Amino acid sequence: MGIDWVKLFELVVSSALINNFVFTMFLGLCIFFGVSKKMETAVGMSITFTAVMVVSAALSWVVYTFIMVPLDLGFLKIIVFIGIVAAFVQSADIIMKKVSPTMYYKLGVYLALITTNCIIIAVPLKNAGEHYNFFESMAFALGSGIGFGLALIIMASIREKLEVADVPAPFRGLPISFILASLIALAFTGFSGLITL
Amino acid sequence: MSLKPKTNWELIKNGMFGENTIFRMAISLCPSIAVTNGMKNGMALGIAVVFVQTMVNATVSLMRNFIHPKIRIPIFMLIIAGYVTIIDLLMATYARPIYKEIGLYIQIIVAFASIFARAEVFANKNKVVSSVCDGLGMGIGFLLAMLVISFFRELLGKGELFGYSIISGNPLLIMILPTGGFLAVGLLMGFFNWIDMRFFGGKGASGV
Repeated sequence: MGIDWVKLFELVVSSALINNFVFTMFLGLCIFFGVSKKMETAVGMSITFTAVMVVSAALSWVVYTFIMVPLDLGFLKIIVFIGIVAAFVQSADIIMKKVSPTMYYKLGVYLALITTNCIIIAVPLKNAGEHYNFFESMAFALGSGIGFGLALIIMASIREKLEVADVPAPFRGLPISFILASLIALAFTGFSGLITL
Repeated sequence: MSLKPKTNWELIKNGMFGENTIFRMAISLCPSIAVTNGMKNGMALGIAVVFVQTMVNATVSLMRNFIHPKIRIPIFMLIIAGYVTIIDLLMATYARPIYKEIGLYIQIIVAFASIFARAEVFANKNKVVSSVCDGLGMGIGFLLAMLVISFFRELLGKGELFGYSIISGNPLLIMILPTGGFLAVGLLMGFFNWIDMRFFGGKGASGV
């Protein structure tokens, strides 16, 4: 199978910047607002998230292409994909605890949160919907992970500054973060049209 | 969440206002922005959530004595995924035009924290009737939130409601763009916090 590097690169860039999951597709917001309070947690979350994303996309692709399509089980994809993600996250949790306890204490907390992240289920569903091949799926997952990490880190760096700002009482906490996100989203609309796939 | 049993009506009201998924608990936020660019889409997703939440609560409550606590999370996941598949296929068949726009978000209901949270903290410990009422209240609360947000976004962004033209002239295009979604939710959340602080002496939403 020949690998079209240009196409893959375009996919990574487009899923990270142009179709950024947080700012143009609005997925993963719970986590986005939940862990973007501190820079350290934001970085930890983005690393864990990107890794889990790529692996679970690969697993889902294999199961979808070699088991579900031949057996005509496409309608079960929601159940199967969430099952794969949940099982993978659970086993990664157990393996990490055993193999590398230091890493587990650093990143383990985020693993548990990931199952309830919409992006993690949206990526396999989108891969299946768009009929991406294996490498394209990987590129898409990687780009989505990077995009999510980028969003988290931008947001965290602003929110750390926000701690000392004088915000009107009803807007403290979440509401002002939403307004911040809206301004960042406005900036991200500038990327649209950069690459047309 | 108080420990004393509530009447069914209180449970429904609690879900609609006291613990409103979006404005009070601030979970399951993704669709509140993604599908609220028009009231039709907002309503369709809201109804789907009412269905899934109520049925999941009923099922979990019926099965609560048979589920081993250690494996409850995967089981809840499978129950939720089952009902999401049902509503997904139903919508794909009977509401084709809407499904084309919001299909991905219907499937994403499976990862909603709110549905999972209600199954875990409420339906797993309560009788069927109160679980159904709780699910109904939570679902309707979500539906109301979707309607409020999409009302402002569609009215300001397109000058329309449910696709019918209401205001003529140049609409505020920004409200339809992604930016407008975040802005509308932020402002509305601040507004409800203000009402809560001003008239009910509350402390505002559970700020993350």
